[in-house]
Amino acid sequence: MKKEHKDLCRRQSNDDFEETPTWAAVITVLGYALLSVLGWLRDFLRNIGIEKKMTAQDPNPKDFVPLYQSYECFYTRNLYTRIRDVFNQPIASVAGATVQVMERLSEDFNWTFKFSGKKLPSINLGSYNYLGFAENSGPCSEQAIKSLEKYGITTSSTRHELGIQQYMNDLESLMAEYLNVEDCIAFGMGFATNALNIPTLARKGDLILSDKLNHTSLILGARLSGAVTRTFNHNDAKDLEIQLRKAIIHGQPRTCRPWKKILIIVEGVYSMEGSFCNLREIIELKKKYKAYLYVDEAHSIGAIGSHGRGVVDYWNVNPKDIDIHMGTFTKSFGSAGGYIAGKKSLIDHIRIYTHSGCYSTSMSAPIVYQIISALNIIMGRDGTNDGQKRIQQLACNVRYFRRQLVDMGFIVYGNDDSPVVPVMIYMPAKIAAVNREMLKRGCAVVTVGFPATLLTESRVRFCISAGHTKEMLDNALRAMDEVGHLVSLRYSKRNPSRRWHELKRADYDKEYF
Amino acid sequence: MGSSMTRGDIENLATDFYGLLESFKHAPLYHISFEIFLVLAVIWLVVFRKPRPIEKKLTEKEKQDLIDEWQPEPLVPSVDPNHPALNVRVLDGIVGKTVEIDGKKSLNFATFNFLNFVGNQRIADKAIQAVQKYGVGSCGPRGFYGTIDIHLELEERLARFFQCEEGIIYSYGFSTIASIIPAYSKRNDILFVDEGVHYAIQKGVEASRSHVKWFRHNDINDLERLLAEQEVLDKKIPKKARSIRRFLIIEGLYVNYGDICPLPRMVELKYKYKYRIFMDESVSFGTIGQAGRGVTEYYSIDRQKIDLISSTLEYAAGSIGGFAVGSSFVVDHQRLSAQGYCFSASLPPLLAAAAIEALNIMEEDNTLLFETIMEKSKRLHKKLLSIKGYIISGDEISPLKHIRLTHAFNTIGRLEEIVQFAQTRDITITVARYLNDEHLLPEPSIRLILNVEMTDEELEFLCAVLQEALVKVTT
Repeated sequence: MKKEHKDLCRRQSNDDFEETPTWAAVITVLGYALLSVLGWLRDFLRNIGIEKKMTAQDPNPKDFVPLYQSYECFYTRNLYTRIRDVFNQPIASVAGATVQVMERLSEDFNWTFKFSGKKLPSINLGSYNYLGFAENSGPCSEQAIKSLEKYGITTSSTRHELGIQQYMNDLESLMAEYLNVEDCIAFGMGFATNALNIPTLARKGDLILSDKLNHTSLILGARLSGAVTRTFNHNDAKDLEIQLRKAIIHGQPRTCRPWKKILIIVEGVYSMEGSFCNLREIIELKKKYKAYLYVDEAHSIGAIGSHGRGVVDYWNVNPKDIDIHMGTFTKSFGSAGGYIAGKKSLIDHIRIYTHSGCYSTSMSAPIVYQIISALNIIMGRDGTNDGQKRIQQLACNVRYFRRQLVDMGFIVYGNDDSPVVPVMIYMPAKIAAVNREMLKRGCAVVTVGFPATLLTESRVRFCISAGHTKEMLDNALRAMDEVGHLVSLRYSKRNPSRRWHELKRADYDKEYF
Repeated sequence: MGSSMTRGDIENLATDFYGLLESFKHAPLYHISFEIFLVLAVIWLVVFRKPRPIEKKLTEKEKQDLIDEWQPEPLVPSVDPNHPALNVRVLDGIVGKTVEIDGKKSLNFATFNFLNFVGNQRIADKAIQAVQKYGVGSCGPRGFYGTIDIHLELEERLARFFQCEEGIIYSYGFSTIASIIPAYSKRNDILFVDEGVHYAIQKGVEASRSHVKWFRHNDINDLERLLAEQEVLDKKIPKKARSIRRFLIIEGLYVNYGDICPLPRMVELKYKYKYRIFMDESVSFGTIGQAGRGVTEYYSIDRQKIDLISSTLEYAAGSIGGFAVGSSFVVDHQRLSAQGYCFSASLPPLLAAAAIEALNIMEEDNTLLFETIMEKSKRLHKKLLSIKGYIISGDEISPLKHIRLTHAFNTIGRLEEIVQFAQTRDITITVARYLNDEHLLPEPSIRLILNVEMTDEELEFLCAVLQEALVKVTT
């Protein structure tokens, strides 16, 4: 009882977004300004012929309208290419807790790459592998291989035409049971699940209220639906209420007709911020104003909650209060694809009108069997408690890792229980520095800058996995400590800057099991 | 009495006023013109500006009433439980040349398995090896450790197969062309699109927000007319016209019609009217052309003249996903701008391995496989034409054909009856399915797809069953 109360109290803690220190913001902007000036200078030199043009040239005759505006490519040519080696890094192994990164060398400042042939074994802090199901051996891959032999790779036909294999029905009913809803439908791609199905739920005359930091697939789906889309401040229930009231009172723009329906779209865990949505408050609002709620649990399903059932589990809300549950199988299940779940009437409607029903090939057998076996493990149906162990291991790893980063003086965004751990870097040059230095120390990390984030909010984003051992986490923390010292990343004003060896190991070790 | 002005005061006033006038004479011109402008502005504001209407302010009670009274529509309308999409066939086992439905095996003329790679043992073995090395999923988008060496190998092999500079792969066939078009064509650009293109292209065109000019399906004269009209408009706004990009969006072999586009003339017009060609070769990849390289090979057109060729791995290649090939200048842009590439997890490695092995088989057989499928398509076409009562649409070398009943009879209900009858005779065919919001909904039809391994006897049998079905349905 006491532990539950403590848990609930901890869950009421707000997501942490420490403010950007002003001097850091100023220097970041100056940094971009300097890069832009240098970029203009280099472009000028290229145009007058002093410097060689390294970009590919249009094979069409010169009197064609240029395919790209030169300002569109300015960023790519002059800023992105400088640090291009830290993105799209190829790997040569399974994307598990450790990964083999292929070493790339460039002799012309990242315009072209050559593989040296060397493979760098690194701790994988970049892939979405929350429950550690990205394995090339074990019950899941065995099931996948068996299914390949039985069903082949594809049916080469769509759901509406030839039909489906029995395993699709099995997957859908298992997923519906897992989420505690009436029915579920699965698709071959997570991005397409949003982009191709939101248009079946909303159309002209409807209003979509979307969180400011929603994923591109949700924005694209909302746009293709033809409904009017308005955004509300990130995770701000007060702003959402204002928007809802304004919408119902004033109706549609110009005609003032009442809206046919209002759809609120939020995500469970936001992949760049690591914050959880305030599900309880949003559900209250949705009930008060008779709106419908769509929750995209791409990063939270499997990874959050005491039984791994996502934010619904975490906040302990009734799954029936959410009209449309959506999620992907890529992150926590080690597979590919997406699903939508909810009432049977909703799913039947989607079965008929989804764009993938008529025009996309059905899901591949090994992909589906990987999900089914992962689900069976998570639900404990395989006779072991491996699933529950993984969920608890992930929660423990997350707490261990986050607490130490915060205590060292880094600015860490997001909820304390979120397996997505963004640490702020701010300055553009540090994006490359952090990535390269961490790789030298055996950690493969993901660093992101503009335009995936705001101009002044570049960050390094860690994705913790249940497959990470304590030793791996310690190595990663040690590496981050060194790199943080080398590159000056300890921006936090709330927590004093401390080196890793200054932290009291006993405090953290006793919580780790 | 009051404050009467003394003579001295009046004199001072006059002096001041005179001084003011003098200062005006000596003031610079810009000063005077600015003062005049200010005076005119004040006059305009006072005399001419209409007062803004006072906004109706609602009371709190009125607002609450509006909120309480508002009733939304149900989230989804009610559906017919007998809709075919809710009662689809359930298959079992490998869907290759034969398919098992309800325990019975039948010949499969319904799936896009042109080269019969589904169930191919070599491909399955390679896929299994990939699972044993890489696991199943790739766990990340291409930018964040989702790029696996097998993806790079597949892209290189596809580029080599098509003799182009660069290739790029996507994890879903539908999203390929739907992400490509908006990556290049923006709000002010113009897209000339064939009316008969498939749904994914229509979605890509919609997502791009460009001006769309639809031309009648495969009608090159209609396209020329539109191009000429646009040229006239361009002459009126020459400066703006120099920044408007133009694209021609076509398919090599149309999924909805089975006919091949008139590519040579379109390439000629490209250099006359200065547009770029994006061609979707989903069906023609691996089925048309001496070595399966599609419509460009069929017409012997230099592939460098087509700006981008997109296709799918889900049909002839027997895997899942999509790809595009072209010059590096064009293809590389997608790595940062195509949404379906940047914001989605990459293709699972086992599917990439399967596609590579499919390419190996295609390159080994070199011309035999493709000669065979073109030859059989011609034979099937001849046999179908001999059945009276059906209208066959599609080119003779197309492995994909649409069959319709004569006009008055052609309804989905009757076609479904034909499909059901064929199933009782162990032939699986399907009615082509579309959503109602297609740009140009094709007439109902049965889509027949030829598998390269079908023998002559099996094709004869198909035609015999179709003949029988026709008799049954029309009596």
